[in-house]
Amino acid sequence: MSKVAIHAIYDDEEPLMATAKELRSKGIKVKDVFSPFPIHGIDGIIGVPRTRIAICAFIYGITGMLLATWMMWYMMVHDWPTDVGGKPSFAYYMNVPAFIPITFESTVLCAAHGMAITYYLRCWMLPGVKAKNPDPRTTDDKFLLIVETKEENKNNIEALLKNGGASEISYK
Amino acid sequence: MQHESEIREPLILGNKSYHQITEDIVKPIEGKATKYWYMLLTVSVICFLWGIWCLSYTIGTGIGVWGSNNGVDWAWDITNFVWWIGIGHAGTLISAVLLLFRQKWRMAINRSAEAMTIFAVMCAAIFVLLHTGRPWLDYWLFPLPNQFGSLWVNFNSPLMWDVFAVSTYFSVSLVFWYTGLVPDFAMIRDRAVKPFSKKMYSLLIFGWGGSARHWHRFEEVSLVLAGLSTPLVFSVHSIVSTDFATSVVPGWHTTIFPPYFVAGAVFSGFPMVLTLLIIMRKIYGLENYITIKHIEYMNIVIIVTGSIVGVAYLTELFISWYSGVEYEQYAFLNRATGPYSWAYASMMTCNVISPQLFWFKKLRTSLTFTFIMSIIVNIGMWFERFVIIVPTLCRTFIPSSWNMYHPTFVDIGIYTGTIGMFFTFFLLFTRYFPVIAQAELKSILKSSGQEFKEKAAHSHDAHH
Repeated sequence: MSKVAIHAIYDDEEPLMATAKELRSKGIKVKDVFSPFPIHGIDGIIGVPRTRIAICAFIYGITGMLLATWMMWYMMVHDWPTDVGGKPSFAYYMNVPAFIPITFESTVLCAAHGMAITYYLRCWMLPGVKAKNPDPRTTDDKFLLIVETKEENKNNIEALLKNGGASEISYK
Repeated sequence: MQHESEIREPLILGNKSYHQITEDIVKPIEGKATKYWYMLLTVSVICFLWGIWCLSYTIGTGIGVWGSNNGVDWAWDITNFVWWIGIGHAGTLISAVLLLFRQKWRMAINRSAEAMTIFAVMCAAIFVLLHTGRPWLDYWLFPLPNQFGSLWVNFNSPLMWDVFAVSTYFSVSLVFWYTGLVPDFAMIRDRAVKPFSKKMYSLLIFGWGGSARHWHRFEEVSLVLAGLSTPLVFSVHSIVSTDFATSVVPGWHTTIFPPYFVAGAVFSGFPMVLTLLIIMRKIYGLENYITIKHIEYMNIVIIVTGSIVGVAYLTELFISWYSGVEYEQYAFLNRATGPYSWAYASMMTCNVISPQLFWFKKLRTSLTFTFIMSIIVNIGMWFERFVIIVPTLCRTFIPSSWNMYHPTFVDIGIYTGTIGMFFTFFLLFTRYFPVIAQAELKSILKSSGQEFKEKAAHSHDAHH
């Protein structure tokens, strides 16, 4: 059995949402939706799993915090303790109030950049990568819904999509 | 879909569709530049080039060419550094803090405010890098293993904290800005006709697709970045204030500095956003997106932060008297009545008195008045930093070292140069970048667009 992808273009996000809901109630899976802006509520309907990128950011942040702590302990207390302005560096805990600002900045630096890098890699966005939207109009004002189905079901689904308000249907 | 109260004024005026928003935002990029744009660019580039010349002269000869002297060793350099970095803070406040508070009106202004942040921090960086005196050794600021027995930098010093704070702030703001720009660049690329611009924008979008998964991650990243940037922006200016507050100089050694500096930073940044946007909305015809309501909201932020700054000035004065420390008392008396009393008077007038005029609705919704006020507040905030630094340093503990400070043409030239650089970059930004976050704006069209709000109000009436 050969599979076929149906691309349905909508002029508005509301009919697309309604159609996606109907497809789901019939047990038909929506492969993907491309839109010019985030459609709130679509994730639950088409089954986009919750991203774990915020958890990554937390881990990167903790790493940044530990790195800064280790760096300042090593440089100020362990490797070459200096006494600047009558403020000696005998032990880490004695100077820790002065180390808080840099510990905080390093936490933010690592969390933000680590998360951004993860985001770009996870979406596979790198300089020179080909644009992933199948139809260039989806960054302007069109909404694209893709259903992958078996050859024999395609007429059924096409009727469903058309009834839902699709303005164009094509097969890929 | 979200619903918004009917009595809230619409954020997008006129009869707009998704496609119309696209058209309005790409117009300045696809169209030809106006003669005003060329005129403004020419003036900015001339100032920029003059600044580069003065900068080269400083590096070639030494900072003896500045007006700074043995007593007043920090002067225009640090004044300008603090001024620029403060201006930058409004951009982060708009894009991060207002995102966390779910303020939809930020969407029309966040992109240009963030651009302003980035360019302002670049200007600020010039002054800190130059004021070290030997800018070719500035890499010593970073904790790098070195040939001096690995003598490390001093992490107990607020100046060191500043290095980390400013570099983190700049790079995180840049990433935040760029991540938001990608979907809008994709919109421009997908309709670009000229092969060169299509190629350039293709490189910039990194292969963005706009699928449900992409948007889901995009929103999560924006939210977490906003959550990280919010404490970051407060930390940066608090750390800048500790450059002064941890010293033993009377007039600087005060615990009020961190909150007072942060409020002052936001207070100085919003007027700069207004200066830029009032010109931009006019030249590019964006009046339907950056409405009078947006300007009124920003003016309200100015009243609030301006009042905080006013209270801080008065608290400082009271505490210096109440402390009973004669050096502390003299420092403030000298600021208000000494040789630089004119600077103190300008600061008080521009920052404390004039923003209170925004309590009148008529004034805070007037474009001309807002524009004039935005410039007055920027001047006032520059004087604030000048008053903190120069009058304090010219009258320190030993009267024999008391002396006056006079800026040289090089001081003025570098400052003018950074203003030129700032406007040059901003003008180029408005010409090649989407100046409004159009993807975000499209998502609120149905809840906050004028046409949709009126329709919703009609159908609501019909039910009764």
